[in-house]
Amino acid sequence: MADTKQEIVRIENLHKRYGNLEVLKGVSLSISEGEVVVVIGPSGTGKSTMLRCINLLTRPDAGGIWVSGVEMTNPRADINRARENIGMVFQDFNLFSHLTALQNVTIALTKVKGMKPEAARAKGLEELEQVGLADKANAYPAQLSGGQKQRVAIARALAMDPKVMLFDEPTSALDPELIGEVLEVMKKLAKSGMTMLVVTHEMSFAREVADRIIFMDGGYIVEDSPPDQLFTNPKSDRARLFLSKIESYHRTEGPPMGGRG
Amino acid sequence: MQNAEAVFSSLPYIGRGIPMTLIITTITLAFGALIGLPLALARVYGNRFWAGLVNTVVQTIRSIPLIVIIFIAFSVLSDLQLPAFVAACLSLAIRSSAYQSELFRGAIQSIGPGQMMAARALGFTRIRAIFHIIIPQALRLAIPSWSNEAAVVLKDSSLAFAVGVLEMMRRADYVRARTGNAILTYALVGIIYFLMTFITNRLLDQLDRRLSVPMEGS
Repeated sequence: MADTKQEIVRIENLHKRYGNLEVLKGVSLSISEGEVVVVIGPSGTGKSTMLRCINLLTRPDAGGIWVSGVEMTNPRADINRARENIGMVFQDFNLFSHLTALQNVTIALTKVKGMKPEAARAKGLEELEQVGLADKANAYPAQLSGGQKQRVAIARALAMDPKVMLFDEPTSALDPELIGEVLEVMKKLAKSGMTMLVVTHEMSFAREVADRIIFMDGGYIVEDSPPDQLFTNPKSDRARLFLSKIESYHRTEGPPMGGRG
Repeated sequence: MQNAEAVFSSLPYIGRGIPMTLIITTITLAFGALIGLPLALARVYGNRFWAGLVNTVVQTIRSIPLIVIIFIAFSVLSDLQLPAFVAACLSLAIRSSAYQSELFRGAIQSIGPGQMMAARALGFTRIRAIFHIIIPQALRLAIPSWSNEAAVVLKDSSLAFAVGVLEMMRRADYVRARTGNAILTYALVGIIYFLMTFITNRLLDQLDRRLSVPMEGS
């Protein structure tokens, strides 16, 4: 199993509340190098909040977070430096609207990592090539489709050579016909050995790519199992109920544009 | 019309006030931006104390007539042996910085929070994110309203005449006194202001077009 591999992310007893609403009620999780972990569960159960706590975009109220050895929750930790190791992809892309696709990928290389512009440019083009968008290097975000934007956002995160990639519902804002191209890039990334934590509703992607599926509900991790087990024989009633709802939805609506379509 | 010829032959004399008008306008706009942008940043990103302080100061300045500010500045500065020109520029700059802080604030706040979030996720510090991601977008977004502010300052530079600065309006007033034809003199100086404002707005429109990048709603 993955036990011999290095641990990249560790979360211990994470708590977060917004006013009266306790979103995370004690979440613990460990992710090893090269693992692809997919988080599923009903809306509003803290999946995205947990993801944002990992790079401290959201400050947890209690609990510990370690990313490749750095204790993120230690007040003395250099969070900005640590974030360079954590790539993040957002639901609504958040590309820098005043910069071209290439500049989006290179700006953190030059301004954060201090890379020379020429080297950053070469690296940026390489990353765009990896997501199949080298020909869009000079396009502005407003000139790209949603799927293209999200691929640029993935390239931007990958350019920093992160130790782990966090995906926060990366296809939820996309038109159905654009979902496939983004999932393809993510599959390729998973195959290349990247450590990934993905919050998504794309069950076919979860089934195909994940090493582990985490089912969250009500601020807890209810189940943490390999995909085969979770999808065919969930241990908890809540996971069973959630999956049956999703399945009946897919029976009536047809499957999402998963793989190549 | 009474003394029309004398008024027209005084046009070059009035015209020699254009450089002074432009100098006052330029200095005012530059200092207004230099002070207004940090004020806007303090209001958006500062803590409660700074945001509140700036807000109070801006609202106060906006509630006092410009001519009152000019007279106060002139009285204080002439005690310090400083010329009326300095008092006029300072007053206009104080007032403009208040308005510019408002328009920069609007521009900054129209940028979605996702831009800052994405920058922070990449390892940008807050300050660096503000400089490399937020300000470049905010300045572009602010050009149309900044163009409006430039027109206001250009026209309001005429108030410097009240403390004796020899700009275009002061010169026009001398011509009015000499010729006795107020209507024609002020109409002509009005036309000059109109043309200068028109040209300024045109130039800034071009700048806006040149700097514009394809943008989507927010």
